[in-house]
Amino acid sequence: MIKTDVIIIGAGPVGLFAVHQLGIKGLKSEVIDNLDKAGGQCIELYPDKPIYDIPAVPECTGKELTNSLLRQIKPFKSNFHFNERVDEVVEDKGNWIVKTNKGKEFTAPNIMIAGGVGSFEPRKLGFKEADKFEGKSIFYHVKDKEKFENKNICIFGGGDSALDWALELSKKSKITLIHRRNEFRGALHTLSEIKKLEKSGKITIKTPCQLSSIQGSKSLESLEVKYDNGKKEIIKTNIILSFFGLLMKLGPIAEWGLNMDKKTVTVNTDNFETNRSGIFAVGDICTYPGKLKLILSGFHEVALASVECFKRARPNEKYRFEFTTGSKTIHERLGIEKKDD
Amino acid sequence: MPKITYTDHQGNSKTIEVEKGLTVMEGAIQNDISGIDADCGGSMACATCHVYVEEKWLDKIPKAEEAEVDMIDMAYEPKKNSRLSCQLIVSDELEGLVINTPSKQT
Repeated sequence: MIKTDVIIIGAGPVGLFAVHQLGIKGLKSEVIDNLDKAGGQCIELYPDKPIYDIPAVPECTGKELTNSLLRQIKPFKSNFHFNERVDEVVEDKGNWIVKTNKGKEFTAPNIMIAGGVGSFEPRKLGFKEADKFEGKSIFYHVKDKEKFENKNICIFGGGDSALDWALELSKKSKITLIHRRNEFRGALHTLSEIKKLEKSGKITIKTPCQLSSIQGSKSLESLEVKYDNGKKEIIKTNIILSFFGLLMKLGPIAEWGLNMDKKTVTVNTDNFETNRSGIFAVGDICTYPGKLKLILSGFHEVALASVECFKRARPNEKYRFEFTTGSKTIHERLGIEKKDD
Repeated sequence: MPKITYTDHQGNSKTIEVEKGLTVMEGAIQNDISGIDADCGGSMACATCHVYVEEKWLDKIPKAEEAEVDMIDMAYEPKKNSRLSCQLIVSDELEGLVINTPSKQT
């Protein structure tokens, strides 16, 4: 059981800044996220798109914002638990116990939900048969490359993941790349490599067409694609790799006894606490009158929520509001060495 | 206010007056039209507000920019008349627009 002051669910920009706001108040936190890295939507959905409304930062990309925040919270040495989704939240004598899908357990007086729109999960193929073959012959990501050697592989999608894996796996397998339109959206270099491999026969490209059905009894045997002109084609294949991006699913959050409004958690605007004391919701996942889903709103929300977290985690201490410019305690927490005048 | 008709995959229609300047997605969310999820809130990042625009309207609405077309790749069962409703801004020109929502968004 990992003991801490605040369990932060979600490592997006708001979850990361929560580490900072808690850290300068002397509170420890542990961060849990279902993705394999920090950044949340900023990294998954728009790593290279510029953001123009972060105060005092005229322009930055999702990736840059994430990296800056990681640098800003480095002194607090928070632990990150990636690739883990929080499944259960239970009360235990005024504290909270949190369990993840990997069986890890945490306990703390506070939980800060900075979960955005929920956890990211791959967008799956919409066929019933697809569930049957998932993990055996239908995959939404590649973990172990060796499983994909000496096979007939059909890759669906037109973005970077589809193109990158087509290139990589074509070294040892026969690849058919299938996309709904003729244009692919990927790095120019990757596209020209793909074209070269198409000429040499290592990759077959089928466009513009979409998957219409899959066949196979014990294992996948073939699939059928339908072209825009109505023509159909059967392709023999062992493996389908499908790259249609990630979806955001609210998931287990809905089962934690929190008051919800559609897919968001209702909070008060004094400290962004939910209907359960010690559980806070901040960023896109929370709602209150006038709520705006902006990163900057999330930053404000964690600043206020962290004060209440302090009161709950240190019931015998008095909370003192301090500025980072002058407070020696904060400077120590930030690891800033005293400068000689 | 322009009237927008939302028809679901079973053919049930609802016609709503949507304030000019709002998007077709916002019109749906504010009026509890089912079939449009809009998980990302309109930042063209999720494709869960995917709709089919009735053919005769395709030429009358501004064309999709590249980023929208890229995002439609991710949508559930995209077709030639697929659009993201978060990118369709309601104006007088859209009076009477009919859109069909897909059988599901994910």
